[in-house]
Amino acid sequence: MATAYWCIVEDDRKGSPKKVMAEVLGEAGRLAGANVEAVWLTDKASDEGIKQLGAWGASKVWVLENAAFAPYMGEVWVPALAELVAKESPKAIFAPVTSRMREFVARLAARLGAGLSADSVALAMEGDALVATRPVYAGKLLAKMTWAKTPWIATLRPNVFKPAESAAGKSAQVEKPSVKIPAARMKLVERREEVSTGLPELTEAEIVISGGRGMKGPENYVILEDMGKVIGAAVGASRAAVDAGWRPHRFQIGQTGRTISPKLYLGFGVSGAIQHLAGMRTSKIIVAVNKDPEAPIFKIADYGIVADLFEVVPALTDEFKRLLDKS
Amino acid sequence: MKIVVAIKQVPDTATQVKIGGDPKAIDTAGITWIVSPYDEFAIEEALRLKEKRGQGEVIAVSLGPDRVKEALRSALAMGCDRAIHLNDPAWANADTLATAQALAAVIKQEQPALVLCGRQAIDDDMGAVGAQLAEVLGWPCASWIMEEAVDADAKSVRVGRQVEGGLEVFDLPLPAVLSAQKGLNEPRYPTLKGIMGAKKKEIKDVKAGDLGLTPAAPQVAVKNLEALPARPPGRVIQGEIKDAVKELVRALREDAKAI
Repeated sequence: MATAYWCIVEDDRKGSPKKVMAEVLGEAGRLAGANVEAVWLTDKASDEGIKQLGAWGASKVWVLENAAFAPYMGEVWVPALAELVAKESPKAIFAPVTSRMREFVARLAARLGAGLSADSVALAMEGDALVATRPVYAGKLLAKMTWAKTPWIATLRPNVFKPAESAAGKSAQVEKPSVKIPAARMKLVERREEVSTGLPELTEAEIVISGGRGMKGPENYVILEDMGKVIGAAVGASRAAVDAGWRPHRFQIGQTGRTISPKLYLGFGVSGAIQHLAGMRTSKIIVAVNKDPEAPIFKIADYGIVADLFEVVPALTDEFKRLLDKS
Repeated sequence: MKIVVAIKQVPDTATQVKIGGDPKAIDTAGITWIVSPYDEFAIEEALRLKEKRGQGEVIAVSLGPDRVKEALRSALAMGCDRAIHLNDPAWANADTLATAQALAAVIKQEQPALVLCGRQAIDDDMGAVGAQLAEVLGWPCASWIMEEAVDADAKSVRVGRQVEGGLEVFDLPLPAVLSAQKGLNEPRYPTLKGIMGAKKKEIKDVKAGDLGLTPAAPQVAVKNLEALPARPPGRVIQGEIKDAVKELVRALREDAKAI
């Protein structure tokens, strides 16, 4: 009888699991108690990383360590993991939403003939069945999903699920199974790193600052970045600002950009078009600053200031600085 | 070079959606339907490839009820050469996997060198069909591509796929499946000539039986749709900017505990 809940490890490509794994393992633990296992396909798994997965609640860590697993290629990862699934029959397979995990888990589900709930924002047992909740139609509705059979496969939206506390005493049993690793047909040519802004990644940040059409031009984003540095926030943009060429697409928040769910979202000169809301409406606290009192973003904002952002932003940055210097 | 573009018809983002009488689905009355925006990037890329090479054929494929013909007609108006409509009530409950299996069956008949689709459809945002299609076909795939170039003899394609923190550039042997991310290109608008011409182009109806398929029972299903939980009413902070900003920071720290 299948009982294990597998959590596929997303890592920093340097041997450590990303902190979003605390959320995935935490949620799996809430559903499955001790039956939580981490599965790590990587070219490099550090001992500290394995220990960390145990501290977050994995009772077992399956380490599939091989140079062929980096960079991620679906045609290599999928058959390798499918072989282990066939042997171990996990009850559920969870992964965080990242660009590669979205592809990997979908392709894995097809190979296993299993169902997938992508970008889930809640998971709950109803009797013996898992029910996932996921936003649909630009986040205007929620869909409750059920599976025909196990394994229940789902990706989990970052920053939504309560992370597991790191319990230093807990340690995981380590398994290094041997699986057949198929030869890749696709081949890496190069990896182009983005110029780092020094600020957190948009989808992982606990605080996100967003600038919309009201920013008036690309040169003005520096005031948002200054605020970002003070409070440790990522800086994103609305589609209007990206389409105007003010910010590269990777900074776009919304339906055709990134979906974020930070603890705190601060929107400046963002009107709140539906397609922007689709990418940020699950944020916990929403702050909006806009000159236009009719801007739709005020309808979902927890706090609003109707004023010129160019007056508010510097004052707010100073006030944040004062607060954080004090504490 | 033959290219298949898989597209989906979805409600326009600005359309109001309401839960239907059957709470598993939306009420489709009064909905404006469009081609999912990511799929337009895929169509555009296929057309540019054909234009650059000076020859080839671009075939738009979509699964869904009769109304989907409109979306296929839009693809033809943009410049696709012909269209295939997977139109059978047997697919009414198709999940992403059943959809991928249906598309794969058509693709096996057509034998294109390349399949393009959008990174996800903006109705259910599952983002699975492209990758699942590649798995059913046994082809290599790259998702969320930002750039693409097919080599001169159409044996391989070089793509840049978006990942956190950068772009990974890969060579994939053809045939392959690619899913388009925003930024790949700027989709064209259909010209009047294109719209007129589209009326004469073929949209072939295909039933599951024509492909030798009996659609499998879905592996995931919507149990029901729900409205969003209401957000607590917000508060507009009044007063001089200096005071408003102070009060905002106080509220974020003490009331919301968000900073």
